Amino acid sequence: MDSYSAPESTPSASSRPEDYFIGATPLQKRLESVRKQSSFILTPPRRKIPQCSQLQEDVDPQKVAFLLHKQWTLYSLTPLYKFSYSNLKEYSRLLNAFIVAEKQKGLAVEVGEDFNIKIVSKSQLPSENREGKVLWTGWFCCVFGDSLLETVSEDFTCLPLFLANGAESNTAIIGTWFQKTFDCYFSPLAINAFNLSWMAAMWTACKMDHYVATTEFLWSVPCSPQSLDISFAIHPEDAKALWDSVHKTPGEVTQEEVDLFMDCLYSHFHRHFKIHLSATRLVRVSTSVASAHTDGKIKILCHKYLIGVLAYLTELAIFQIE
Amino acid sequence: MSVLRPLDKLPGLNTATILLVGTEDALLQQLADSMLKEDCASELKVARFWQRESDRSNLNRTGPVLPLCWPKESWPQEPRVARMSHLAKSLPLPSSVNRPRIDLIVFVVNLHSKYSLQNTEESLRHVDASFFLGKVCFLATGAGRESHCSIHRHTVVKLAHTYQSPLLYCDLEVEGFRATMAQRLVRVLQICAGHVPGVSALNLLSLLRSSEGPSLEDL
Repeated sequence: MDSYSAPESTPSASSRPEDYFIGATPLQKRLESVRKQSSFILTPPRRKIPQCSQLQEDVDPQKVAFLLHKQWTLYSLTPLYKFSYSNLKEYSRLLNAFIVAEKQKGLAVEVGEDFNIKIVSKSQLPSENREGKVLWTGWFCCVFGDSLLETVSEDFTCLPLFLANGAESNTAIIGTWFQKTFDCYFSPLAINAFNLSWMAAMWTACKMDHYVATTEFLWSVPCSPQSLDISFAIHPEDAKALWDSVHKTPGEVTQEEVDLFMDCLYSHFHRHFKIHLSATRLVRVSTSVASAHTDGKIKILCHKYLIGVLAYLTELAIFQIE
Repeated sequence: MSVLRPLDKLPGLNTATILLVGTEDALLQQLADSMLKEDCASELKVARFWQRESDRSNLNRTGPVLPLCWPKESWPQEPRVARMSHLAKSLPLPSSVNRPRIDLIVFVVNLHSKYSLQNTEESLRHVDASFFLGKVCFLATGAGRESHCSIHRHTVVKLAHTYQSPLLYCDLEVEGFRATMAQRLVRVLQICAGHVPGVSALNLLSLLRSSEGPSLEDL
């Protein structure tokens, strides 16, 4: 309620991390960020569409194949205190010991992949599961998180987005260990309907060679005995055609375009069924690029736009922890 | 057509009337009840008016429901004042209804539904400009559950700023907040109806506005 105003801040997706750091003390950086935050509109009215070409050389399809087509639960994470990439082996050992103390069975856990540095560390317990069936996977991620990186001092590592796939109990145990060791805090990242409509617009805007899934929306109608769900599926090429007719400025997505895109869908639905979808709550969006649910579950389907999806999710995670 | 004007009817003796406009009938009814309850133990009489379909020239919504509530009691220390609250889904109000002069309009926007924002924006067109000198107020509900929000808070802030009217936040589903907001609205209604000597609606508006930051002018 305090951030009413004014000047638009530049979208954080436009600057690269390495260009950013100038020789300022942490205190100066923190003061400047506090000053910026007090005049910060919570969501930038324009955002860059993830461009296919600049991302393709960064991401190797084989390496990230294990990330695709899996449902990830999202958490936001406050900065980790005294986390260093060189100590990963030791962290794995400690984590294993902790897990063994919590549970008697063996687990194979993959820990700590970061897109800036690409370290993968595996820890395997000597147990009956020798072939290493992966029961739980979790990864920390930070893509273009400049607004957060600039405010923390050097002792902290910023990896605000955490994605987990696997049993809830494992996530809880591993989360507890990280919280105790690095003095950070996990909280589940829920995506509200406003952000889901942004995702729908951005992902429909992505150029794809062939579409693997239909574009689908799911709305939840709040009514008294039991809530009703309305699902609306569109052929992806039609959705892209609609987006192209709405889209004006090349390379950027604005709030008005997103609103217009969704309003077109709502009015089309209303014309046929006389139901005002704008009075319901958007709960799930699924496109050929990725699919997201309001509870914080995401499934990424396309490796080309992985960085773009992660950049947006990182932004949401940063908003949540700030 | 039927544009609401603040001074087109004579004021009733010792009467203050508030009009609540919004799409969420249940919430509006609850808010109206809380406001009338403000006045220890009043007996309510509720009458409902349905609008004829022929009056609606524009669209496909069902007609607005217009309950009228008359409290019988009055405030203990003050002279007998009747307070009436009208609820409407949208404006324009049906012209056939015999209604008193409206002293305060509150537009209730539910942040969970874009439909309520669209409804409010369309209703605003049927309100005369002189109403916005302190007799209109926006109430945003549902900000507590961030995960359910379809409208960004900033949109409502901008709307209130465009119409130069105060914006209040209240989670109308929570009993305690609703009671507090009802108290607040009753005080504002008293001022707008002219029952508080020395303070007018325009005075109140300028008092409320000076607490907002100067950078709002950049919006």
